[in-house]
Amino acid sequence: MINQIVIVLFDGFAFGMLLFVLSVGLSVTLGLMNFINLAHGAFGMLGGYIAVLTMRQLGLPFLLALPAAFLAAALVSVVFERTLFRRLYKAGELNQVLFTIGMVFVAAALATYFFGTVQQVIPLPSWLRGSVEFAGMRFGVYRIFIIVVALAVTAILVFGLERTRLGAQIRASVDNQRVAQGLGMNVERTFAITFALGSGLAGLGGALAIEIVGLDPSFGFHFLVYVLIVVSVGGLGSITGSFVGAALLGIGDVAGKYFVPEIGSFLIYLLLVAILLVRPRGIFGKR
Amino acid sequence: MNAANPTLGDPHVWLKRQSRWSPFEILFWLAALLPFFLFPTYLTLASQVAIVALFAISVDLVLGYAGIVTLGHAMFFGLGAYAAGIISVHGWGEPLTGLIFAGAFAGLIGFIVSFLIVRVQHLALIMVTLGLGFLTLELANSMSWLTGGADGLRGISTWPIFNQFRFDLWGYTAYSYSLIALFVGFLISRRIVHSSFGLSLRGIRENVTRMPAIGSDYKFHLRKIYTISAAMAGVAGALLTQTTNTVALDSLSFQRSADVVVMLILGGTGRLYGAILGAIIFLIARDQLSGVNPQYWYFWIGVLLMIVVLFMPKGILGFLARIAGRRD
Repeated sequence: MINQIVIVLFDGFAFGMLLFVLSVGLSVTLGLMNFINLAHGAFGMLGGYIAVLTMRQLGLPFLLALPAAFLAAALVSVVFERTLFRRLYKAGELNQVLFTIGMVFVAAALATYFFGTVQQVIPLPSWLRGSVEFAGMRFGVYRIFIIVVALAVTAILVFGLERTRLGAQIRASVDNQRVAQGLGMNVERTFAITFALGSGLAGLGGALAIEIVGLDPSFGFHFLVYVLIVVSVGGLGSITGSFVGAALLGIGDVAGKYFVPEIGSFLIYLLLVAILLVRPRGIFGKR
Repeated sequence: MNAANPTLGDPHVWLKRQSRWSPFEILFWLAALLPFFLFPTYLTLASQVAIVALFAISVDLVLGYAGIVTLGHAMFFGLGAYAAGIISVHGWGEPLTGLIFAGAFAGLIGFIVSFLIVRVQHLALIMVTLGLGFLTLELANSMSWLTGGADGLRGISTWPIFNQFRFDLWGYTAYSYSLIALFVGFLISRRIVHSSFGLSLRGIRENVTRMPAIGSDYKFHLRKIYTISAAMAGVAGALLTQTTNTVALDSLSFQRSADVVVMLILGGTGRLYGAILGAIIFLIARDQLSGVNPQYWYFWIGVLLMIVVLFMPKGILGFLARIAGRRD
């Protein structure tokens, strides 16, 4: 029983870390620009397909496909940000929601057109396959890898936000955009860079997710709900919040489906509504 | 839409003038009778359009007028659909009382939920409506002893209306029934939006912090319209159950919530006819296009959505009104 609980906790935490990488970008961009970007999951999907393509067509190893996914998602997203999204920053939330949902529809249809509806698989390097045994329990190596990557991402993000010039600019813009602008900061540029980084992380998450949950054209939709839960429960613009929210959701999801499969997802949504009613700005939300 | 425009004088006079029937409207409702004569083979589709249009109107009341962005309104549609189906399975297939029961049930749930809805705004509001929608779906899925679960509810039989009009295969009764229900729902909504209550809803939509300052209890107004809208959505769901004799989980799905918002945006929010026009365009286009290549139907919907948001923020009707040079 103890072993089962530990394994569920481990798998859940690994899944949560995957969700963290997928959603932390949205949390920061939402906190920064108040732009509800439902297409965030679609950038994750883009990253996933880029990883599949680069490995299959160019023969890149898995460890190089990950940065490729990051870069592709970041580049594409910054093009969209500069040409389309920026026109909607001042628009109402309904228009933002609908525009980005429209993008998800288009992305899903394009993915179907180019790749079909089949689940994509990628060959993992042999050192990422299998599992290691510890104290009588088997832990998947790939899940350990995800946790390590996510922790590294967290460390880089925290360090970047706390210690670098760009990080200070992002924090200032999140706290008070007008004052930041008044002090002569180029808030627009900060927006664009943050948006690219956040979407790039989503792309990385999408590439990492293929092995765990698979990749098909419905990815953007399917993960949208998870990503939104993480962001809204954790609180906008808070890395700690996203981390805790993602870990909670991952563990809750895996544990719910393992122990009470009948009502597992029901409990998740119940918890989501309950948390938002008590703390509408999320657990760690400031504004 | 500026109610306090001093040149127009008394607001009640202004409201009355706004609510006068224009010839276009009478023409529109007469045109709704055309399918009986022109497309008798498409009456089932026409009945679906009328049902979905009623649903879209119910969403327009909360989204277009009161400004509550909801991505989970299918929950009330589905609750109504299941309520009508379940009493029919348990031996009461009389359509009109079934409709009233379903509306009352959805309205009751809507009233309870409305207390939660008014507590949150912005992203949290969207997430709470989304979460409640999924919650209801999962609940219906797991309570399969009552709802039939993933297989859908079986054994629904709807009695003839007034013991006279049987639901026929071609949909004559179904379309008449749905159209009358749509018209009644439209009349109620029209009365609401042209009342002083409707005006305060628009005030809430435009500036929620200013409403308490002029002495308006905005939470009370929001709860009221949300309950009305939930009941109306429930009636629409019940209509679907009674005219097709089936209920499945897809009546509660996120897809349905999203589709109805899409229709509303295409047609134009906050003008009732936008909801009807959106439903007509959406369902007819889906009927025609899905035959050609069903996979890419959503590609065009997505493209259309983006174009509408960027270039026609008030929907097709708003766009036409602007071209025609009419005041909004």
